[in-house]
Amino acid sequence: MAKGTIKQDSGFGVAQLILLVSILVLVIFVAWPVLLILFNAFFVDGSFNYRDFYAVLTEPETFQALKNSLIIASMTTIGSTIVGTFFAWLVTRTDLPYKTFMKSLFLVPFMLPSFIGALAWKMLLSPNSGYINKFLMDMFNLQEPVFNIYTYMGISAVEVMYLFPFVFIQVCGALERMDPTLEESARISGAGLFTITRKITIPLVMPSIMSGALLIMLYSMAHFGTVAMLGIEQGIYNVPTLIYEKIHQSGGSFESIRTGTVLATVLVVSAACIIWANQKVLSRGHYQIIGGKSFRPMELKLRGLRWPLLIFCLAYIGFTIVLPTVVIFLVGGVSTYGLPLTWENLSLDNYKYILFEYDVTRDAIFNSVALGLAAALITMFAGVIISYVIVKMKVRGKGILEFLGMLPFSVPGSVIALGVILAWSGQFGINLYNTVWIILVAYIARYMAFSLKANSAALEQVHDSLMEASRSCGATMWQSLKDIVIPLVRPGMISAFFLIFLPALRELTVSIMLYAPTTRTIGVAIYTLNEDGETVMSTALAGIALILIVVGQTLINHFTKKAGE
Amino acid sequence: MSYIRLVNVTKKFGDVTAVNNLNVELGKGECFSMLGPSGCGKTTTLRMVAGFEDLSDGEVWVGDRLLSCPRKNHYTPPEDRNFGMVFQAFAVWPHMSVYENVAFPLRLRKLPPAEIDKRTKDALQATNLTKAANDSPADLSGGGKQRVALARALAINPDVMLLDEPLSSLDPHLREEMRFELHDLQKKYGFNIIYVTHDQSEAMALSDKILVMKLGVMQQIDTPLNIYNNPANKFVFSFIGVSSFTDVEWRGTQAYVKGSNSPLPSGIIVPDRMKGEEVFNLASRPSTIKFTTASDEMGVPGQVIRKAFLGEIVDYLVRVGDQDIRVQIGRREPGPEAGEGCYIKFLRPFWYKANED
Repeated sequence: MAKGTIKQDSGFGVAQLILLVSILVLVIFVAWPVLLILFNAFFVDGSFNYRDFYAVLTEPETFQALKNSLIIASMTTIGSTIVGTFFAWLVTRTDLPYKTFMKSLFLVPFMLPSFIGALAWKMLLSPNSGYINKFLMDMFNLQEPVFNIYTYMGISAVEVMYLFPFVFIQVCGALERMDPTLEESARISGAGLFTITRKITIPLVMPSIMSGALLIMLYSMAHFGTVAMLGIEQGIYNVPTLIYEKIHQSGGSFESIRTGTVLATVLVVSAACIIWANQKVLSRGHYQIIGGKSFRPMELKLRGLRWPLLIFCLAYIGFTIVLPTVVIFLVGGVSTYGLPLTWENLSLDNYKYILFEYDVTRDAIFNSVALGLAAALITMFAGVIISYVIVKMKVRGKGILEFLGMLPFSVPGSVIALGVILAWSGQFGINLYNTVWIILVAYIARYMAFSLKANSAALEQVHDSLMEASRSCGATMWQSLKDIVIPLVRPGMISAFFLIFLPALRELTVSIMLYAPTTRTIGVAIYTLNEDGETVMSTALAGIALILIVVGQTLINHFTKKAGE
Repeated sequence: MSYIRLVNVTKKFGDVTAVNNLNVELGKGECFSMLGPSGCGKTTTLRMVAGFEDLSDGEVWVGDRLLSCPRKNHYTPPEDRNFGMVFQAFAVWPHMSVYENVAFPLRLRKLPPAEIDKRTKDALQATNLTKAANDSPADLSGGGKQRVALARALAINPDVMLLDEPLSSLDPHLREEMRFELHDLQKKYGFNIIYVTHDQSEAMALSDKILVMKLGVMQQIDTPLNIYNNPANKFVFSFIGVSSFTDVEWRGTQAYVKGSNSPLPSGIIVPDRMKGEEVFNLASRPSTIKFTTASDEMGVPGQVIRKAFLGEIVDYLVRVGDQDIRVQIGRREPGPEAGEGCYIKFLRPFWYKANED
C-alpha cells in the first residue's frame, strides 16, 4: 500500500534521515557495546577462540557464580510466583475485606529498592548483630542466632519480598479482564469452586503467571543489589556480583574483563532465551478471554477466614515493607551502629550531615538527580523518534531498526555497564571512563527499552487516519506531527520520562561498575558506605532515597492520572 | 401444575431494588422470554434462577425442588441445579477442544466413558459440530462458538436451559438461523427455556410466554400475541413494536388532535376514563393506520410530510395538527404522495393518559 503517513519518492529524504539517525542511536548506545562483549568473549588476540571461552566458564569461581545465579533466580521465581499468584487471587476472586486498598498496598513493594530492603534485612537478621536475632537470643537465652540472612534462602526471600509484584500485577490483570462467564458456565455445568479453579481459572491465567515468572527470572539472574548486600560476606556470588568483584578488584585488568565478558555473554544468552520463551508463552497461550458485558466475577466466600486472611496480608506488608522501612529510618537516626534503638539515642543529626555537609552523599544525591533527569529527557525524545519510525513510518530498512529496538529489552544492566566500559574507555578514541558521562551513556542504553515501550504503546493508539486527515486539511508533515501526533502521544512521553527518572534515581547495578570517587550515585553511595562500615550514614542516605522515591512516585501517580483523564 | 415457579422473587442491591416481587409460573417444556430495557432486572432474574445471585426474598422452584429461599436459608448452588446456560459472550473455554468443552460437564458427573462419548457426540451432531470436534474453539466463528456453548449445555440433558442474550453477538443472518435451530432443539429435547433478550422479534418467534419488565417490576406476562395486541399499559405498548403517541386535548366537549382545527370525527370514540384529562394520548402502530377518504366517518385529515419506499412496505410520516404520526402500508396499496393532504383512519386505537407510564 502506498498511502503511508510519510512517503518519499526521492532516494534520500527526511524519512531516510530519521531512520538513519534512529539506527545510529541504537547502534552506538546499545548494539555496539553488546557486540564488543561478544567479540571480547570469543576472540583472543584477534582470532576466534571458543576453547578459551569454555575454559573461563569452567573455572570453579565462574562456574559457581553461574550456578548461584541459577539457584537464587529459581528460588526467587518460585517463591514470587506463589506469593504473587496467591495475593492476586485473594484480591480479585475472594470477598477479602478492603480489597481495593489491599491491592494498592501490594504494589508498594515496587517502590522499595531491593538493595535497600536487603540493607534493612541485614540489620534485622544478620546472625551476629541483627536486631531480631539479638532480641530472640536475649528473650529465650539462646547461644546461637535463630536466623541467618546470609544464605541462598535469605537472599531469595528478600528478593521475593520486593519482586513478587511482577507476578501480582500480571495475574491481577488477567483475573480482572477474564470474562466471568467462563467460570460461571463451568459452574452451571456442575463444577464446584475447587474444580473451576483447577480446570478453568488456573489454565486460563497460566500464560500471565508464566510471563510474570519469566520476568522475575530475568530480573533475578541479572540482579546485583541483594546478592551484593547479603551474599558477598559469605562468598555467595552470582554473575553480576562476580563481574563487579573481578573488575573492581583488579582495576580493569585484561583477565578480569575477559571473565566479565564471558559471564556477560552467558547472561545475554539466557536473557534472550527467557524473552523468547516469554513471547512463545504469550503468543501461544494468550487466549481471548475478555468478555462482553461483565457481571462481577464469582467471589469465593472466605467466611471465617476473611478477617484472619486480611490480618495475614497486613502482617505480610508490615513485615516486608513497614518493618524494614522503620529500621532504615531508626538506624539512620543513631550515632553509632549497634546502639539500642531508644528514644534518647535518636536524632536527625545524620540526616542533616549527609544532606548538607558530607560531600560524598551530597554529590551522590546531586549526581543521581542530574543523571536521572538527563537520561530521562534524552531517552524520552530518542524513544519517541525511534518508536515513530518503528510504528508509523513505512521506509525500507525499518526491519533493522525493529531488531535493534528489541535489543535493549534483553540486555541486563551489568552487561550494559561492561559493554560501555569496553566501548568508551579510550580504545575507540573517546575516553569517558571515570567521568559522569559514562554513567549517562549507560543509563541511556539501559532505559531505552522503557521509553520504546511507553512511546510505541502511545503511538499505536494514534491511528494513521488522524495524520492523513490533517494532511488533507492542508497541514504539512511537520505541522501534523506538531499539532496532531505530539499532543496525542504526550501522555506516553510523560510516562516514559517518569518510568526512567525514578528507576534511575535508585539505580545501582550499572553505576556500581562505572563510578569514580566523585561520580557516585545514591545507590553507589549507600552500597560503598555500607561496605566501608559507615552503616549509619549508609542507612540515613537510604532513608533519604526512600523519601525521594515516595515523593516521585506520588508525583507520577498524580501526573499519569491527569494525563489519563 | 406449573413446573417452574418464581414466588415473590425480590433482589436488592443496597438501596436499589433490581427485581421487585416477581411471580412467574411456567409449564413443563415452555419457552419463556424476559424483555425490557437495560437495567430492568431481566438478567438479574435469570442469574437468580441460575443461582449466581442470591435472592433478597422469595422462592425459586423447579419441579418439586426448592432451589432458593432466603427465609428458609436454603440455597442450591448453580453446579447442583442441572441447568444448561448459554452466555452472550459464548464463554467457550479456549484451552480445551470443542469435544472437551462439551464433554466437560459430563465428566464432572462421573458418567461411564462410553456414555460420555455418546452424549458428547449426540450433542455435537445436534448442533452440526461433528466435523469441528477436535478443533480449538478459537478457530471457530462466532456462530460456531455459540454452537459449542449450546452443545455443552445440551449434553447434560438439562431441566432448564438459561439463555442470556445468546444470539446478540451474532450477525443478523446467523441470528435468525440459530433462532430456529434453538426452537427445533427445544421441541426435540423438551427442556424449558428461560430467555433474556432485548430483541423483540427473537422473543416473539421463540416464546410461549413473554414477560415485560421495567425497573424491576413486572409489567405484563402473556403470550406473544397478547403482548402485541393487548398491551397491559402504555409502557408495554411503547416497548413492543413501533408506536406513535399522538397528543389529544379537550376543547369543550370535543377532542382535538393538538394544534389541529378540526375535532376528531364522530366515528372515533374516546373512552370515558379520558374525561377530565387535559391532554391524553392516542396510541397507534404504523401498520394499524390506513389511508381513507373524507367521507369516512373515522377519517382524520392530515398532510403527508415524508414518504419513503422501504421495499415491501411504504413508510409515511403524516402531520395532523402539530403531531407527527407514522403510517405504513403495503407497496401495492394506493397512497398519497409527499406534500399532499390525506385522511387517515386508526383501526385499533389505544388511549393512554399523558402522564401515565
